[in-house]
Amino acid sequence: MLQEAVKTSKPVFQARRPRQKQRSIAGSMLAALIHVLLIIGAIIMAGPFIWMAVTSLKEDSQAFQDPLSLLPNPIVWQNYPASLQAMPFGQAYWNSFYIAIVVVACELITTAMAGYAFARIRFPGRNIVFVLFLATMMIPFQLTIIPRFLIMQRLGWLDNHLALIVPAALFDAFGVFLMRQFILGIPKELEEAAIIDGANRWQIFWHVILPLLKPPMAALGIFTFLGQWNSFFVPLIMLSSPDLYTVPLLLNQFREQYTSQWALMMAGSMIAVLPVLLVYVLGQRQIIQGIALTGLKS
Amino acid sequence: MRLQLDVSAMKASVHRNRWRRTLSEAFWGGFFLLPQLIGLVTFSLIPLVIVLWLSLVHWDGLGEVQFVGLQNFIDQLSDPNLRIAFVNTTIYTLITVPGGILLALLVALGLNKVRGKTIYRIIYFMPVVTSSVATGVIWLWLLNSDAGFINVLLRSWFNIEGPAWLIDAHWVIPSISIVSIWSSLGSNMVIFLAGLQNIPSTYIEAARIDGANRFQLFWKVTLPLLSPTLFFITVLSIISSFQVFDQTFVMTQGGPDKASYTIVYHIYNLSFRQFTFGPASASAMILFAVLLVLTLIQFAFQKRWVNYDL
Repeated sequence: MLQEAVKTSKPVFQARRPRQKQRSIAGSMLAALIHVLLIIGAIIMAGPFIWMAVTSLKEDSQAFQDPLSLLPNPIVWQNYPASLQAMPFGQAYWNSFYIAIVVVACELITTAMAGYAFARIRFPGRNIVFVLFLATMMIPFQLTIIPRFLIMQRLGWLDNHLALIVPAALFDAFGVFLMRQFILGIPKELEEAAIIDGANRWQIFWHVILPLLKPPMAALGIFTFLGQWNSFFVPLIMLSSPDLYTVPLLLNQFREQYTSQWALMMAGSMIAVLPVLLVYVLGQRQIIQGIALTGLKS
Repeated sequence: MRLQLDVSAMKASVHRNRWRRTLSEAFWGGFFLLPQLIGLVTFSLIPLVIVLWLSLVHWDGLGEVQFVGLQNFIDQLSDPNLRIAFVNTTIYTLITVPGGILLALLVALGLNKVRGKTIYRIIYFMPVVTSSVATGVIWLWLLNSDAGFINVLLRSWFNIEGPAWLIDAHWVIPSISIVSIWSSLGSNMVIFLAGLQNIPSTYIEAARIDGANRFQLFWKVTLPLLSPTLFFITVLSIISSFQVFDQTFVMTQGGPDKASYTIVYHIYNLSFRQFTFGPASASAMILFAVLLVLTLIQFAFQKRWVNYDL
């Protein structure tokens, strides 16, 4: 039977050959066409970034009179130190950076802990609490932001970074769900060995489970970092002192104050955007796989 | 007699053990859940109760609280500002969601066919990781009516006088839609690509052997198998498009003359500019109700076109 199949497969292959050749010519024409379209698309997608980079090196007068030119003439590096001087970007960088790092670190631990509780521990009320977590994912954040503002006011955390850090570190229903799903996929045998050795729940979690959670932690961590770094609405309502501003808030203030100085604005935008783009290009594989894996939209 | 005693003693010990186990599981469950549970209660459940209560009162955050019943809802539903915001947001959604999904699908179909995916993917995805304020600032200048890149390009290459984009009341919503489509194209594209790669190649081959052409292959095989992804993206896109705020705040501040005033902008204005928390809460609840109804409608209609038999 098998031999027969092998024998017959050959003539079939030969018979299809001419057709396949035809198709491959048409196929490569199509591929070329698709490439042309994709390249045009890529120019549109990357164009605004290129234009920002070019304009940030132009003189104000050239930026205004000749926006099409891709060659700054003369090249004005001065826009960069000038915009760093105009706005406290250093401080904003530090604020954004440390807030994002603290949130990511705390959030990864707390969501992993909750995910472990939901996946492995049979405590009373488990299902009800889990459904509550899932249900909150459907609530738009505009609904809870007003009370959250008032709670922060009551706690005395308005115009304080705690108003940004604590909620993000302690509450992420999606993260809890992601961790639970991943932990459910870990074989129980791995923990049973530790239980026989007399380990308690915390030791099992810390030494057995946590090391296995690297993939979801990487995805969740990168997204949380980007989300925090780019977050605009929450800092906008919680913070009022410029020295507490995060990068997007500072850039918004920059826009308000230097409305007509294009080159300076673009230098400021470059300063705000560049580090995230660098992180992205270096870690793009994890980021894109993470989005495909989780269906998460940043 | 003796035997019986032993059995009951064993039973008691098993019972005690089970009890101890339940107790220990309850302890550890509480322990591991505690941080996120505090978060859930403080930043989601309590706020939900508060927003319900706020929507029934008049309060400016400092003075006396005055219970007004459903008055805030009645006021909001007849408020011309909310109506303008609702119309603007709907037009924005009608442009952004179909346009964004169609483009993302086309790009994903193209990418699925060719080599060199990675470099295209990096470029198309760049706006997704960039701060909305930064992209808003860039597009603010690209779309400048006199000396912006786009209008100068149209003028000098095609001799066309472009619209005034962000300062023309008719063009401002389409302009913001363009920026939003550009910003979110990458993330929709990546989800579509993952959906396309999940389609077993045997289905495609079988259809090809049966003599299906490219067009039939797409309509009869690829699209039905991609419909769960399409449904997922549509639901999420509509929700996020009804929540548009950053772009309008940075680029137009709701202008010109409220032509880009959106629902979330309205909520922001009422709560954090005018500190009228009651009406703001009522309009936030109206937004939630609209989103809920839109999502439920989509779920009700999904069995007509979404194909889950894979």
